[in-house]
Amino acid sequence: MSFSGQIAIAGVYEHPSRWTPDKTTYQIMGECARGALEDAGLTLADVDGLFAATMTMGGMGVVQVAEYLNLKPRYLDGSNIGGSSFVSHVAHAGAAIHAGLCDVALILYGSTAASDAMAIGTGDTSSRDPGSAFVSPYGMTLVSSYAMVAQRHMHQYGTTSEQLADIAVSTRYHASLNPDAKMRDLITREDVLASRVIADPLHLLDCCIISDGGGAVVVTSLERAKDLRRKPVVVRGTGESVAHREIGAPDLTTIAAKQSGAQAFAMAGMTPADVDLCTIYDSFTITVLVTLENLGFCKPGEGGAFVENGGTRLGGRMPVNPDGGGLSSNHSGMRGIFLVIEAARQLRGGLGARQVEGAEVALVHGTGGYLGLMHSGATLLLTAD
Amino acid sequence: MSEPKKKDPEYGAPAVDQESRAYWEGCGRGELVLQRCRDCGTVQHRPRAICATCLSSGIEHFVASGRGTVYTYSVVRQNQMPAFREAVPYVVAYVQLEEGPQLLTNVVGCAPEAVSIGMPVRVDFVPTPGPRGEPLGVPRFVPA
Repeated sequence: MSFSGQIAIAGVYEHPSRWTPDKTTYQIMGECARGALEDAGLTLADVDGLFAATMTMGGMGVVQVAEYLNLKPRYLDGSNIGGSSFVSHVAHAGAAIHAGLCDVALILYGSTAASDAMAIGTGDTSSRDPGSAFVSPYGMTLVSSYAMVAQRHMHQYGTTSEQLADIAVSTRYHASLNPDAKMRDLITREDVLASRVIADPLHLLDCCIISDGGGAVVVTSLERAKDLRRKPVVVRGTGESVAHREIGAPDLTTIAAKQSGAQAFAMAGMTPADVDLCTIYDSFTITVLVTLENLGFCKPGEGGAFVENGGTRLGGRMPVNPDGGGLSSNHSGMRGIFLVIEAARQLRGGLGARQVEGAEVALVHGTGGYLGLMHSGATLLLTAD
Repeated sequence: MSEPKKKDPEYGAPAVDQESRAYWEGCGRGELVLQRCRDCGTVQHRPRAICATCLSSGIEHFVASGRGTVYTYSVVRQNQMPAFREAVPYVVAYVQLEEGPQLLTNVVGCAPEAVSIGMPVRVDFVPTPGPRGEPLGVPRFVPA
């Protein structure tokens, strides 16, 4: 039985700092927990479900987080499927609450990627996973795994660097409206194309920034959320998926979002035409373009025309990442939680210049991992109550 | 637009395990070895001890032609890993093999700008002794 329409996001908090060399990841998570619980009008004592993921915690990370916050929750989920983890945590929390396994779920993330000088896009990609042996000899950086998708998309459909650049330009415009965003000076298409190439065809300004940061989300039943401080944001649809090398020959332009998006739309009883805004994991400009196609906002191959000339800007065909996204506002390695937070803020309304006017339906899509190698996808459809 | 190339990527010993030994040993003999399921006939890569289609353990190995075309690629111009820092710009690519699977690899033997999608390529092996000195290799591709 679906929990569509019965679960709500009751509290959100995005850490305002993008540079925290004076803080640990646990401290950031603690401050975010405080912020999101205050937002909801709840306290730590109300939390009985704990969800957490970071880039640096070990396999028992969520247990460490419980110890740090002196919590003894009755539901634990430390699943880490990459940067999309927190989008899936909302779905998992909804299922757990619906099943009576917990009442108030707290989802946490913290990172000091910038002050630790982590080379996320162009650093070490090796791991102990057996498949890594077939990757690590060749120097495939994270950026180049996305770049190979872009190159293939350009070949198949004639997509251009100019069209990709327009995504970065629109997102930077949004960041200029967000006082907390890291990069707020407006850029042009020419600025993107003139920035140095990191991995063909992706330029520096096609790539997300690296910041410190953290966030927290409180999920509970809609019934309980109605009695809390803020207007509830209702979870209508959820979906999860993976895409990988299969047994050798996948189509790289078909990504995990296709499956997770279809599932979320079906659960919500909605179509892309119902959506007022999207928050999409914008690790790179190409990620946004193929995600929009795979979610069904346009047909495969039409993404370039969809995003160009402000297609993803406020007032455009589909506003994407009105907070300034990972390209310009906040990317500390695992951005998924900020996608949930901004979608909830937009549905509550009152964001001033960056508010999507009359926003009633928001789609959240997180991508985790290496787009051209293996990745996870998680989709949420959220509405104002 | 490339800076003068300092060197090609250099390969260390591949991380061999029980499931992949036949592949890396094949590379050491100059053979690109793929897997086929004796029960359902599916060709698969990367190597596994079971068929990821029917879960059979009846996996056989065969020598592929080593010919293919570039499915997609990127010219990597920044990599902070010491093994690659001096090798940029270099080409990472998926090569579509004649036998079906794609292989993640490097394309060498031409300027990075000369690589294009659909370009015919053939396999080339770099000898890389294993941890016990056994002859293994790493496959990469050159213009055909």
